[in-house]
Amino acid sequence: MLYALKIATRYLMASASQTALLVTGVAVGVFIFIFMSALIGGLAEFIMARTVGDMAHITIDAEPTDPPLLLPRAPGRILLVQQKTDQRSNVLPDAAAFIPTIEAIPGVLVTSQEITGSGFLIRGKLVQQVSVTGVEPGKVSAIVRIGSYIVEGRPDLAAGTVLLGKTLADNMKLAVGQTVRLQASTGIDAALTVAGIFKIGSGGQDRRQAYVSLATARTLFAMPQAISQIEIRLADLYAADATAARIEATTGLHATPWTEQAAQLLAALKAQAQTGLLLKSFALVTIVIGIASAMLLSTFRRRPEIGIMRAMGAKRSFVLLVFIAQGAIVGLLGGVSGAAIGYLVLSRFPGPGALQPGGLPIDVAQGAFGLAILLTTIGAILASILPARSAARVDPATAIGQ
Amino acid sequence: MSGLLLEVRDLVKTFGAGETTTHVLRGLNLRLEKGELSALLGPSGSGKSTLLTILGTLMKPTSGRYEMLGADMIGADDAELTVFRNLHIGFVFQFHNLLPDFTALENVIFPTAVREGRETASARARGTEILVRMGLVDRVDFPVAKLSGGQKQRVAVARALMNRPELVLADEPTGNLDRASAIQVMDLIAEINRDEGTTFLISTHDDKIAATCRRQIVVGDGRLTG
Repeated sequence: MLYALKIATRYLMASASQTALLVTGVAVGVFIFIFMSALIGGLAEFIMARTVGDMAHITIDAEPTDPPLLLPRAPGRILLVQQKTDQRSNVLPDAAAFIPTIEAIPGVLVTSQEITGSGFLIRGKLVQQVSVTGVEPGKVSAIVRIGSYIVEGRPDLAAGTVLLGKTLADNMKLAVGQTVRLQASTGIDAALTVAGIFKIGSGGQDRRQAYVSLATARTLFAMPQAISQIEIRLADLYAADATAARIEATTGLHATPWTEQAAQLLAALKAQAQTGLLLKSFALVTIVIGIASAMLLSTFRRRPEIGIMRAMGAKRSFVLLVFIAQGAIVGLLGGVSGAAIGYLVLSRFPGPGALQPGGLPIDVAQGAFGLAILLTTIGAILASILPARSAARVDPATAIGQ
Repeated sequence: MSGLLLEVRDLVKTFGAGETTTHVLRGLNLRLEKGELSALLGPSGSGKSTLLTILGTLMKPTSGRYEMLGADMIGADDAELTVFRNLHIGFVFQFHNLLPDFTALENVIFPTAVREGRETASARARGTEILVRMGLVDRVDFPVAKLSGGQKQRVAVARALMNRPELVLADEPTGNLDRASAIQVMDLIAEINRDEGTTFLISTHDDKIAATCRRQIVVGDGRLTG
């Protein structure tokens, strides 16, 4: 093995310029592979952050309650059409008890118990309709990353405090530390101090959303035990369907994955990922063809030497190893070089999180560097097998010219 | 040293088929004793090279029997013949046939290194020792591409002797050398044959070279004629 490696290395060194050209070709292929991985991954991350980044990956809520059928007592045949409804009872009486079970399911990162409802924000003569979400104080940013959107104050929710959207706060002429009255749809009201103001960039949220602590929401909506919904964030958002099914099977609760609400987006992301996969495959195929043709040429050029080696007692397996090792070395060198160049070039991009208008959403962390090197080396070895087999079959007498 | 080294009987080798069939060996018989220094003579096309190639186990005859050191060379498969060749047969070719990207020492120790899977210190010592004996003490680590024709052929002889084979087959080993280099190479062969008892079978057109050998074997029309 070691000796075959030495011979392989010597052969590559003997044709240094040809080897350098070959390694450069492989490195370019690997760079394309890494660039596509970083671009497709970064693009997906960028799109996800802009669309479902602040969505729950799974939402557990009450089953839809369809209206009762009121059949008139009339003779003859009746054609009845039932209009399905999205209205829910808005109450999960016992769901909180399942939290430990849900959190134990693999892939579940965090759960957030919430009470949702509507109400009015009242300050003197100023009145604004608001959507109210009550969340656990330590989980303000568990689903919507409120912490990163805070423009004033802090994202801390204690009893008696409220976080408001920027437009809403402006309309109500509110600043951090000031007090406002929140009247819930139940008619119950509470005086709350503004702890923070956030700006998500979504008009609806910034104009209408108010976050209060779960304890405050219980008082406002008269829900001392129950909650409205449980929102869940997963480690892999693409596992939402399977995890939702597992939650339903384990708890009997109604779990909705984000994909049900964003099926088109999911299809687009999948198509984008498949396009990237296709392009990366083309890059790999190019590498394999390049190495295979170079190795075939080398095999042909080295026929007399292969004959000499065979005459001197080299087994077919040794010759096979010499040429496969050449492919592996070229693949490894090209892979590492391409990965290094890829890292140096792609590191200069700011990343999807800090993307400027017109920029490429390249995420260097998704460059799949290790995979690129591994696949290239494996591809190079596979590409060398055919030429190596041809080399191993060389008839020594013919090759030497005896 | 004496005793039978190899024996071939009724050796036939034909190339091609039908109207293009060429009969190169036509029932050739030959015995070589251990320690012989023999010249193989004959006109071009008489079958000398084909006989050497078959004796070197690089080619199988169309029919006939071939035994060396008591082992059947006809029935053995490629892997068995490769190992046998490595251990018992050395080759010297007319055009030296060295590995051009390697040094003299690397070429010489190749037969041992390829068997052991690495270049051991003992192999390097043995290789250096033979090269010194060949008068190439200052060319041990030279790339063979930089050596003269005579030096290359001496490296080739050294490589053939590396594994201490019982038989060295030399096909026109001096055919591409000037007279002085040819005499130098033949002197070395004779010395090795005398000192170590290695059997040499040397194919040549040169009567003077043949005269330095103790036995002359003449091939004509695919058979031994003398």
